[in-house]
Amino acid sequence: MQLNFQRLAALIRKESIQILRDRRFILLFLGLTIVQLFVYSYSASRSVYHMPMAVVDQSRDATSAAFVQALVNSQYFDVTMYLDDESQAKDAIDKGEVKAALIIPPHFAAEVDQRSANFLMLLDGSDQFAVRSGYSAVGLVAQNFGLQMSAENLALSGAVSSTNHTLPINTFAQVLYNPDMNDKWFVIPGIIGMILQTLAVEQAAIFLVRDREWGTMEQILATPVRQLELILSKLIPLSVLCLLTLGMSVALGIYWFGVPFRGNLFLYFWLALLFLASCLGLGLVISTRVATQFEAEASAMIFMLFGLLLTGLFYPRTGMPLVPQLIGDIAPLTYFLRISRGIYMKGVGLSFVWSDALILVLYTLIVVFISSKRFKMRLD
Amino acid sequence: MNQFAISAANLVKEFKVNKHVVTAVNGLSLQVAPGETFGLIGPDGAGKTTTTRVILGLLSRTSGESSVLGFDSMNDMYQIRERVGYIAQQFSLPPNLTVMENMLFFAGVHSVDAEEQKKRIPELLAFAGLSEFSNRLAGKLSGGMKKKLALACSLIHEPQVVMLDEPTLGVDPVSRREFWNLLGNLRAEKGLTIFICTPYMDEAERCTRVGLIYEGKLIVDDSPANIKRVIPGHLLEFTPSDFSSALKLCNEMNGVLEVQTYGEKLHVFVDDVLKCKTQIEDALASQGIAYDHLREIEVRMEEAFISLIRRQKESVEQNEMIGEVR
Repeated sequence: MQLNFQRLAALIRKESIQILRDRRFILLFLGLTIVQLFVYSYSASRSVYHMPMAVVDQSRDATSAAFVQALVNSQYFDVTMYLDDESQAKDAIDKGEVKAALIIPPHFAAEVDQRSANFLMLLDGSDQFAVRSGYSAVGLVAQNFGLQMSAENLALSGAVSSTNHTLPINTFAQVLYNPDMNDKWFVIPGIIGMILQTLAVEQAAIFLVRDREWGTMEQILATPVRQLELILSKLIPLSVLCLLTLGMSVALGIYWFGVPFRGNLFLYFWLALLFLASCLGLGLVISTRVATQFEAEASAMIFMLFGLLLTGLFYPRTGMPLVPQLIGDIAPLTYFLRISRGIYMKGVGLSFVWSDALILVLYTLIVVFISSKRFKMRLD
Repeated sequence: MNQFAISAANLVKEFKVNKHVVTAVNGLSLQVAPGETFGLIGPDGAGKTTTTRVILGLLSRTSGESSVLGFDSMNDMYQIRERVGYIAQQFSLPPNLTVMENMLFFAGVHSVDAEEQKKRIPELLAFAGLSEFSNRLAGKLSGGMKKKLALACSLIHEPQVVMLDEPTLGVDPVSRREFWNLLGNLRAEKGLTIFICTPYMDEAERCTRVGLIYEGKLIVDDSPANIKRVIPGHLLEFTPSDFSSALKLCNEMNGVLEVQTYGEKLHVFVDDVLKCKTQIEDALASQGIAYDHLREIEVRMEEAFISLIRRQKESVEQNEMIGEVR
């Protein structure tokens, strides 16, 4: 394969002028990135706080009031209405007026003293995030409340001092990397990868098709331009544009969303470039199989869906059946996601992400090989 | 190596369209000597563009031989692309580059060095009459200027051969004339070999040799003068007042070889001018059809082209009929 730098330079110059002259394209490229970053990170909050809750307090004593207060204090629930019975509570959930309803049976205080208290929490099962947050929150609050009560009772009976009671096991759970469990911290490093994958696959797919649709491919093919030069001339300007987008996204992540970058920025950009190469190569493979820009865009959208659903961005891959997992393996984001989260959040080095980096190298070689086999320097 | 600038022998190109095989070029042979201006003419869909693309190596060939300057169209496609200038049928220069950027781009991909670029680009722009438009986007040029820019770009590497696929399609008559004057200068000054596809018969007359392609085959390959001479008989032209009756009358007449319509005029090929002229005059008079300008005219490429295509069609139909009878 011959590579002539004068030809390559002329081709890259042409592509760059064409990209820079298309103001709308650049605005769309950068604008869409910013919009996606904002939309995903603000909407991706998965803990639900301040759920509206109805209370049916049939006990009406100090203990039941204290328990309701404990739930409110947890920040997960807000009491928005008091109702008389369970059927009214169900009705309120049906109508969507509340997400949860707490039913405290009569004699709650007495039963707490006898250590046999029950209560019922109804949760809106049509909202998976409300159910999850509510379910774990109510369990925790009830447990703590119970412990506190028994400690107070013991203290009152004079058995032990309330400050000195001990349980056989103490839990010290420490969340590493993201101690406040800030959802944006989970989401930003992944979203950046997804945005890049979408842009790179889509643009690479469109780039060759556009020349074919414009007819310019015929005139270019009639010159001594070689295949490698033509492919590189498409990939190099796009890589630069994608790297700029990456830089902008990381800067926004750090300075706007306040997600600290813990790892080596230099290593991160090198591996991101590798990830981009695999995405652009994938886009080229698509461009050799489609006839119009519309088809190219539609095919690229499929990979965006894979990126959203199957790569582990929002839904954990460990819980997926084998087939969706294998489909997710086709998307380069699956590998870069682990790299991105590792370097960005954990601050780990290459020795921790080398296996994913190696897969991306192989991936890139394979897609470049396939596209060069499929891309002929002829019109048919 | 052979002495021809362009040659093709039994060239075949088949396309697969929805599982059907369509033969666009069907055993075509031609030779173009260096310095010749060869015009490939033929009706739409006859295979002009496909032939050009296969010879240039832009399409793979199904069978046969083809070469440019002795280089095989398939195996030596880059050698060909280095030495040939090409203008595609549709305007296919990058439309969002300016005239100058287009020139620089094609100079770059043809490895023209910087010194040469400085000399040749202004020369070519002046030659194409585009000097004042060097900063205009190619997509914003008029149809004629686009074609001249395409020609200028295709000449930047000083090719020995240019292959032009209907370069004056959709261009006004004045620009067409200018374009051909440019080609004439190139031929005279540089001895350029020109291969041109055209649907225009006046352009065919300007070629040193013309190949008439029909259903993927060359049916005639000769100089314009010889082609016109091949058409038997003499040509009479007149304008009748009752067109359809006159057409019917002439078609049934003895000594009439062929009748063609030309606007409101009739073109009648006859074996004997004097005999038939009186015959037609008498017949028209007896039917009460008025007419004017009944006179003999010279056969042009246009009439020759129509006559040749018609005869080719008839012989194909006859062969098919014989085939069916058998």
